[in-house]
Amino acid sequence: MKVQFPKPLLDYPKLGDWLTVTSENKLIFFSGRVELGQGNLTALIMMISDELGVIPEKITLQTARTDKTPNEGFTAGSMSIAHGGQSLRWAVAALRRQILDISAASLSADPSELELSNGEIYQKGSLCFSIDEVLEKVDLNSKITEEAKLKDPSQRWTEFREIERVDLMERMTGAPFVHDIIEDGMLFGATIHPANMYSKLLKLDVESLSGRPGVVKIVQDGSFVGVLATTQRFALEAAEWAREKSEWEENSEKIENPISHLESQNCDFEVITETGDVNKNSGEWYELTISRPYIFHGSIGPAAAVAKWERGKLTVWTHSQGVFQLRNALAAVLEISEENIIVIHKAGSGCYGHNGADDAALDAALLANAVAGKYVKVVWSRYDEFHAAPMGAAMSTKSRAHLGPDGLITAFDVEVTSVPHSSRPGTGGTPNLRSAVLIENSKLPAKSPDVPAVRGGGAERNAVPSYDFGPVRVKKRLVHDLPYRASALRSLGAYNNVIVNEGLIDEIALNVGENPLDFRIKHCAEDRSKELLLRLDKETKTYRKKLKESQGWGVAYARYKGISGLCAVFVSVTVDEEVSVDHVVSVSDVGEAISPDGVKNQIEGGIIQSISWTLKEAVKTDGNSVAVESWFDYPIIKFSEIPTMDTILIERPYEKPLGAAEISQGPAGAVVANAVRNALGIRVKQLPITRDAIVSSLLSSEV
Amino acid sequence: MESELKCTVNGVVHFIEDSDNEPLLYFLRDKVGLRSTRFGCGQGTCGACTVIIDGQPKMSCEIRAKDVIGANIETAELLAGKHGHPLIQAFIEYQAGQCGYCLPGILMASKALLDEKENPTRFEIAIALDANLCRCGAHARILDAVQKAGALMTAKGVK
Repeated sequence: MKVQFPKPLLDYPKLGDWLTVTSENKLIFFSGRVELGQGNLTALIMMISDELGVIPEKITLQTARTDKTPNEGFTAGSMSIAHGGQSLRWAVAALRRQILDISAASLSADPSELELSNGEIYQKGSLCFSIDEVLEKVDLNSKITEEAKLKDPSQRWTEFREIERVDLMERMTGAPFVHDIIEDGMLFGATIHPANMYSKLLKLDVESLSGRPGVVKIVQDGSFVGVLATTQRFALEAAEWAREKSEWEENSEKIENPISHLESQNCDFEVITETGDVNKNSGEWYELTISRPYIFHGSIGPAAAVAKWERGKLTVWTHSQGVFQLRNALAAVLEISEENIIVIHKAGSGCYGHNGADDAALDAALLANAVAGKYVKVVWSRYDEFHAAPMGAAMSTKSRAHLGPDGLITAFDVEVTSVPHSSRPGTGGTPNLRSAVLIENSKLPAKSPDVPAVRGGGAERNAVPSYDFGPVRVKKRLVHDLPYRASALRSLGAYNNVIVNEGLIDEIALNVGENPLDFRIKHCAEDRSKELLLRLDKETKTYRKKLKESQGWGVAYARYKGISGLCAVFVSVTVDEEVSVDHVVSVSDVGEAISPDGVKNQIEGGIIQSISWTLKEAVKTDGNSVAVESWFDYPIIKFSEIPTMDTILIERPYEKPLGAAEISQGPAGAVVANAVRNALGIRVKQLPITRDAIVSSLLSSEV
Repeated sequence: MESELKCTVNGVVHFIEDSDNEPLLYFLRDKVGLRSTRFGCGQGTCGACTVIIDGQPKMSCEIRAKDVIGANIETAELLAGKHGHPLIQAFIEYQAGQCGYCLPGILMASKALLDEKENPTRFEIAIALDANLCRCGAHARILDAVQKAGALMTAKGVK
């Protein structure tokens, strides 16, 4: 059977692309992925360790930096393990084979007589030497081919299994973040970010700003104004002072309500998917429309970056998801060659998509350019986070389902109206960096084409339901004229689309008098999903019987992007003044789970974040700018609101790893919406499901 | 009078310069060099900068360095080490965190609780942590880990 290599391996076929041997005969592995807080560093080290047969503690892995590692694109879309990790496995398998061949030659033995275990070579069970002794003979220029042969799954994880998160101690008690970099003579920068995307600076008292405490220098370029100061505190305070004292011209039209604006569009839909004639059956159609507002990434730590210029060359330390894409975008804005920029990944606060990391990197680069030879650190303020960073896109989804005479859904039709879900650096051929709009020689963002269907789609992600519903049609229309920045936020359109589709399925089940679990199981398209839902049924059966009158429950299921991880979730809720989620049971299947506890952590985190989005979160806007000043204006879930959780992972060691980080976002939002519907008897159609939204839904349902 | 301008941080005495109403957060990060205490919002709304001052959890972005003269301050560095504080052992065991940006603040709020109360319930822990935000959604694991740390401390007779 022909082996299909993951894309990064096709781009980087040489062994030396993925690893090197130092002069002290130590191995260093390279990955173009980055650790975003999701634990992929640990998982990748485990994969290397297992494939090679060397204890995890001895594995050194260099993650993305433009001068050393492969360019694997953005670390996004739950693909670190499925693509990045699998590529590393092939590289390690090729290395392992070379080590065995070299060892065999030096022992005048046949490679099949040798074994590599725990970093040592054994011949027929007796120890010969450490692999360190043959590493210098490894040919790094050799091509990785399928002759390398991956370990058989039955041979995996025999020596080492679950290990501790390799970076957790440092994150708890140390200083591993970009924010924590300190260098001699370092200066601290802050940018005066206007509230509106396309504002032009009208007035600023630069002289007074220069005299603010700690300010060393003002950097001005068109409408870009930044300060350099002796401490981070002084930089932030000066920028805040300047923001309050400066005057800006607003250059965008006001839009009353982003959701009504989207839903009132007249532009045409584009057909994305059509697997048959959805309209061939006349009969009973059900319909449901649900919208979600703009949502913040809301990382607890703001965006940050460090930059330094030396002899026309720039080095940047960043928590970007794509160091190569950021490098290219910086080159375009700064009008220098990509070869003169090195971008190095360094830990940031939790990353859930395209946040302000890349923008902070440009801010640091622009400010550092005024003080060549010095390190400049930029740490955004909370204001910058709320006003300058991209947000998760507002969208609205309308789904229709046809119910056949035998009580089965026989056609499904989805219309998605949305702001584009991705405007990453380079998307649409423009840098898409915040301050690039402000500088004199500005680089304005192009209209984003959204994420193409081959990469799972953007707005239409998971619009195709994960069931056998007969012919399915998905149409989408993108709306570009809103005055806000939006880009990729965990699961993109999948979150809202799954909420709508799973809500519609529930409405139909209710109408035909079926248990929502049984109704879903009847429509399962594959054995794996059926197994998940049957398990969820079994695990919650007793619990469901014990629910109180005041509680509601629900289920939801989706397979992320139709081809990735599968996730089914049950919740119970109590609806009082507000909705509280009492208990969550989830059953997931991510294929081979490299680090099962790490996978569960991702799934639980996705569920909790999604509960927060669904019950609490909406960015308040005032026409053309964000009207949020602090966390008080944008509450997120708190510890006292956390449900008890039972997280079940169906392990499939013989299947391909499918990725985990984004699989629970859609089902978790949908299940909360369904449980509220079950408890209240009405469906809330505008997210989030706050007390106000419930009251207005109750009022409108009485009309 | 300079000798009076000092505080104790993790058992070590530090002199406080009377510098322009500097928030304790920056004093700890920049002057003392303990950078586990993190800037999250600077508005006293997220808890990432929580430290313990004379036994009480406080957000260090909201307190001036000159207001902690004579105080005993504890930061997350105090808990470090593989065989460190039971909280660290429990957080590692339960993988109670993802990005970890919020964790030092949460650890300090938890330590203040555990120093005060033996074996708190899940609800008591949640209430004690309600001013601390976590965005990765590691809350459930954190609650379990703090509870486990409480049990470890009781078992060892640590307090």
